[in-house]
Amino acid sequence: MAKADILGDSLWDAYSDKVTTLMNNPLHQGELFQGEVEKRGHKLIVADFGAESCGDAVRLYWEIDPATDKIVNSKFKSFGCGTAIASSDVMTELCIGKTVQEAVKITNIDVELALRDTPDVPAVPPQKMHCSVMAYDVIKKAAGLYMGVDAESFEEEIIVCECARVSLGTLQEVIKLNDLHTIEEITDYTKAGGFCKSCIKPGGHEAREYYLVDILADTRKEMDEEKMKAAADAQAAGGGKFEEMTLVQQIKAVDAIIDENVRQFLIMDGGDMEIIDIKKADDYIDIYIRYLGACNGCSSSATGTLYAIESTLKEKLSSNIRVLPI
Amino acid sequence: MQVYLDNNATTMCDPLVVEAMQPYFSEVYGNPNSLHKFGTASHPAIAKAIDQVYTALNAADADDIIFTSCATESNNWVLQSVFTDHIVNGDKNHIVTTEVEHPSVLSTCKFLEEQGVKVTYLPVNDQGTVEAHTVKSFITEKTALVSVMWASNETGMINPIAEIGEICKEKGVLFHSDGVQAVGKIPVDLQAVHVDFLSFSAHKFHGPKGVGALYIKDSQPLSPLLHGGEQMNGRRSGTLNVPYIVGMGLAIELATKNIENTMAKIRAKRDHLEDELVKLSETFVVGDRENRTPNTILISIRGVEGEGMLWDLNNGQIGASTGSACASEDLEANTVMLAIGADNELAHTGIRLSLSRFTTDEEIEYTINHFKEAVARLRAISSSFAKQAPTKGGEAQACEMH
Repeated sequence: MAKADILGDSLWDAYSDKVTTLMNNPLHQGELFQGEVEKRGHKLIVADFGAESCGDAVRLYWEIDPATDKIVNSKFKSFGCGTAIASSDVMTELCIGKTVQEAVKITNIDVELALRDTPDVPAVPPQKMHCSVMAYDVIKKAAGLYMGVDAESFEEEIIVCECARVSLGTLQEVIKLNDLHTIEEITDYTKAGGFCKSCIKPGGHEAREYYLVDILADTRKEMDEEKMKAAADAQAAGGGKFEEMTLVQQIKAVDAIIDENVRQFLIMDGGDMEIIDIKKADDYIDIYIRYLGACNGCSSSATGTLYAIESTLKEKLSSNIRVLPI
Repeated sequence: MQVYLDNNATTMCDPLVVEAMQPYFSEVYGNPNSLHKFGTASHPAIAKAIDQVYTALNAADADDIIFTSCATESNNWVLQSVFTDHIVNGDKNHIVTTEVEHPSVLSTCKFLEEQGVKVTYLPVNDQGTVEAHTVKSFITEKTALVSVMWASNETGMINPIAEIGEICKEKGVLFHSDGVQAVGKIPVDLQAVHVDFLSFSAHKFHGPKGVGALYIKDSQPLSPLLHGGEQMNGRRSGTLNVPYIVGMGLAIELATKNIENTMAKIRAKRDHLEDELVKLSETFVVGDRENRTPNTILISIRGVEGEGMLWDLNNGQIGASTGSACASEDLEANTVMLAIGADNELAHTGIRLSLSRFTTDEEIEYTINHFKEAVARLRAISSSFAKQAPTKGGEAQACEMH
């Protein structure tokens, strides 16, 4: 929020002239009929996407020359607002002259770009970007019908934000690489969630399979796990500062050193030891241990063995360590 | 010609009102709380405005009518102070309201829910009104407040306020009504109907924006929302907005004087417009006319999306409103359409036309013509009226409502 946001945008004023012109006079609005198309030796494909109960619906008509797979003519019908109608119109225009295989590569981004008056000014305000997504969805559906395959098979990756076409893989990578903590940061870096906002969390314009809030939480969790694993690895490899570790990491680190350098000798003598607790005292880090088996009550357990354990831990982990048997 | 048919959103300020306000900007500008004559010079005009408001609503001298900045403030004041007085500092924990209230009530209730208050949102019937027996059945001994709008901004439908008032009185529960769409449109007699609190706003009846009021029956206790200089007998602090209070006074007088006569004139125009529009096939209007504010029509037109229709009306210089918008962040299916149980297909097709006493017969005729043309154009584009069926497998699934 700042000065520019106080009044809020005027939705329709943010439309490009092209959107306005096409809403007022769509060029490709209309229908193609089975009989006529067949008479010309062509194949008719008619696909619906959306529904009146969703607030927008589009019907796309393709007349295809089966010899070349070329879309020789295309029309649309639309129930929706100005951007829905203008997007449908441009989508239809982009399809004409392409083969079905080429048409399926048209995305909502292409539709939005085609609606711009100038290359770097968006054609529609962010919350209306969603309207162009329907154009993309209905093309995939029509192509699927013509080619006899499932519409989803044209999608190579999982798209989380349809408006900005951002994939799950991209989001996970960007969150990790840039150490992102908030949805706002994700939107700044990827544009995902910056348009119709459906993909941010449940309860938006439409239900989604993946939501940014969950992806962020899961990725952060994964990052934390990786971080801890890295810390443990670093410790095992001799790096990392013992004083800065969490208690669990300290116990693991001490256990690792004991395992590697001490335990085998204790076991050889029929004994063992366990770590009871680690406490931070004023100048020391006190590690409380308990001897097990033969070590328990052994005379050197309070002298030589104890000294050996303590000096090993001091050398490997921290010079402030004190080992206290109980 | 341009036609403004969005009078439930706001109205033109009556030029007579603007004229009456004029002296209180640069001529009589003293603070009414000052002791000197600059301040006291405004007192006669404020006293007159107070009289005008009391007379318009037939409020008793023992009642309070406190000027606020808007009805949103009045609604917040009642809800938040009932919360403070009877829930935080009392033994109640429950508020009863309806699903179709204005956002200034619904959002405040959501906020109070976050503070731990239980809120019941009552459904409405197919007329878009709440039934008195429904209100009665949800009142418990923990209920602090019932808040039900007098008339709906979306549909114009009038709730049974007198009956609900009696129920609340009998049960000993406070009763608040958001009267924004009723005051100035239909008779409101606060001695004939039991209401503890009534919110209203000047800009809905040809007064200026930025001034509203809250009626408080019998001057009963209600903690202030705004603390400060103890203006208006300590009930609402903030320097009195003298020109706007003067404007509100005249506006409410003009709106309620001969109200039956004014209503009849507006109703005749509204009914003619409605009769003509429902001649279009596959349309319906929400709610019986007899129980509706005389200026409002909420019409659904199959196959024509609400925002698209507004676009075409706007191209014809007609200002109307829709409760739904396609694919936008905030505006989804018309909530009132959903609440009254309209078919899902119709929830995105509502257009609200709201007249005022300034609407002319010529404007109505112009609107009828342009409206029909717009419907014809958009239905010609609409997939809802397409003839060629989809290729097998190309049909769309109906979507879940959201």
